[in-house]
Amino acid sequence: MAKTLLDIRNLSIHYKIQTGWVYAVDDVSFKLNKGETLGLVGESGCGKTTTGYGITQLLANNAYLKEGSKVIFDGKDFVKMSTIPSKHYEGYRKIVEYHPEMRKYRWKRISMIFQGAMNAFNPVFKVGDQIIEAILTHENISEEEARKRVEELYKLVGIPVDRIDNYPHEYSGGMKQRAMIAMALALNPDLIIADEPTTALDVVTQDKILGEMARLQREENVAMILITHDVSVVAEMAHKMAVMYAGHLVETGSTRQVFKETAHPYMEALLNAFPNIRGEKKRLKAIPGSPPDLSNPPTGCRFAPRCPYAKDICIEQEPPVIEVAPGHYSKCHFAEELYGEIGGEEHE
Amino acid sequence: MSDENNDVVVQVKDLKKYFELHAGMFKIWGEPIYVKAVDGISFDIHRGEILGLVGESGCGKTTTGRLLTRLEDPTAGSIIFEGTDIAKLKGKELKKYRRNVQMIFQDPYESLNPRFTVLKTIMEPLIIHGIGDTYDERVEMVIKALEDAELKPAEEYLERFPHELSGGQRQRVAVARALVLRPKFIVADEPVSMLDVSIRAGVMNLMLDLRDKYGIPFLFITHDIAVSRYMSDRMAVMYLGKIVEIGESDEVVFNPMHPYTKALISAVPVPDPDHKHGRVQIKGEIPSPINLPPGCRFWPRCPYAQKGLCDVKEPPLVEVSEGHYVACHLAEKIASGEINLEEMVAYEETEETSS
Repeated sequence: MAKTLLDIRNLSIHYKIQTGWVYAVDDVSFKLNKGETLGLVGESGCGKTTTGYGITQLLANNAYLKEGSKVIFDGKDFVKMSTIPSKHYEGYRKIVEYHPEMRKYRWKRISMIFQGAMNAFNPVFKVGDQIIEAILTHENISEEEARKRVEELYKLVGIPVDRIDNYPHEYSGGMKQRAMIAMALALNPDLIIADEPTTALDVVTQDKILGEMARLQREENVAMILITHDVSVVAEMAHKMAVMYAGHLVETGSTRQVFKETAHPYMEALLNAFPNIRGEKKRLKAIPGSPPDLSNPPTGCRFAPRCPYAKDICIEQEPPVIEVAPGHYSKCHFAEELYGEIGGEEHE
Repeated sequence: MSDENNDVVVQVKDLKKYFELHAGMFKIWGEPIYVKAVDGISFDIHRGEILGLVGESGCGKTTTGRLLTRLEDPTAGSIIFEGTDIAKLKGKELKKYRRNVQMIFQDPYESLNPRFTVLKTIMEPLIIHGIGDTYDERVEMVIKALEDAELKPAEEYLERFPHELSGGQRQRVAVARALVLRPKFIVADEPVSMLDVSIRAGVMNLMLDLRDKYGIPFLFITHDIAVSRYMSDRMAVMYLGKIVEIGESDEVVFNPMHPYTKALISAVPVPDPDHKHGRVQIKGEIPSPINLPPGCRFWPRCPYAQKGLCDVKEPPLVEVSEGHYVACHLAEKIASGEINLEEMVAYEETEETSS
């Protein structure tokens, strides 16, 4: 059944700033099948949002893709399609803004749920009209038909239909988030990129929205990339997960593999620093130091300065990506030695 | 535990805070409109204890913290600290109290003055309260406070400005600033919610260690129940200005007796892919604190609400087991097992993702 929908290979996105480059995303590769959910986790500033937005090339105009980056969606390489070699910086490609081919994919095939739905809607237009506009931009149907579809979508996500003609400020936070999901589903996309979809919400509302997303994802068979800082949300929602640290993808695999058979010291540290509402109460272990400055990242492994297992080689050389088990990858020099030895609470 | 009265540091009784809405013309005609942010809450905080105060946004937990530090004036009720009711203190007396109670705020990017060095930030309270006779003596105290907050070597941090510090370091400076006065009580309002996971654990452990070292009690306000469970000895759950449940943290987490607490706890995601997560069946969203429902504030969302009881009479906070108080008309039935709150949680049948 597994058909590859999205295949990202060696994606590097760097931002040009006055004093040099910010290496926000470096050599990231992962695959996503149809109807699958991938959880992309990491701390703030690790490049997870840049990765997500890089897929549809919704990036600031100082963002450059490194030559050799590939984003293949349903057989089409977006990088080849809508970027051109940069005139100023050798080895980099620049995104062509408003590229007509790319615009056909945005929202129609790949839609997004933005961080903070609070501000994602235009406050001076009615919510329903904004969704209708999105539909009419891509499909040649009448306004009445579009409105009908919005009504169906509202039922689907659980907002009363009579709220279509309300303005965003008349919605509660949870309702705005639901409306955002309705908008993301409006054109039956193949992939939804959800960037911290529930971070600003209260826990009960979060639970309902996540439940709704999981249900819709199953029923509509949409693939989803769930970008979040919260590993527990990933544990609950995702089939697969990818852990990012300082622009690198340090561990990828099925959610079970990454949680239960952890193969990267960063993921282990993350699990040990995360309070759990279940199980025995244990003292959490903080990760010493803080994440590196991405305009001047460490030469070797980017986690080495904070890693308890680091040896000389870690500081000198960037680690290769090692497949420790089928479909389970870790970017660590000692991935094979550590595999099965480290992990969250299971292994203590 | 509440029998040992000498052990109680702060005793809050029937505390209320109503905010009056200035709704233009309505002020001239008709009744003024009130937001009942905190509406009659009572609890004790014991020596060396961390009391977690949890609830969703708008439930009044931050207002409670601000009342205890007297950043807000209570509408009614009392806050007894060392035998005096600080709810009505003014002027010099209030200033004296403020020396004994300190607050740590949520956002370390906003709670530190960007134009003050770390030294100046932490020395400011000493100057205000006239502690220490000479400059050098105060610097000594600042260094001691920084070391307590695990910013070592302290001398290196003295001349730094907030923008030169990371988020975790800033929050440690805020902790040092609270500690330098040797307070008898600290209110921490969401102190770790702005910090990343890898940094957060360190700041939480720091607060736990300080409690162990100095026996300072904390009121730890958070929306994150997993964090509260880790930090606090006892936990109070707030809903729309009322405490609905209070007890030992693990007792509240593992044996909740209020339908709202049960809903709140079941909604917390668990960092374990094997955990089977059920969806809580409660209706709607938290109502506005202006138009409060009559009777129990949770009844419009509660699956067990009984007409003629829950929507009429406000439930009192009653002790169901030792130290475990619940404000629910059905608490006894829940405690005896006649009502099983597990029924609130629906488990979906999902195909197992095998790997």
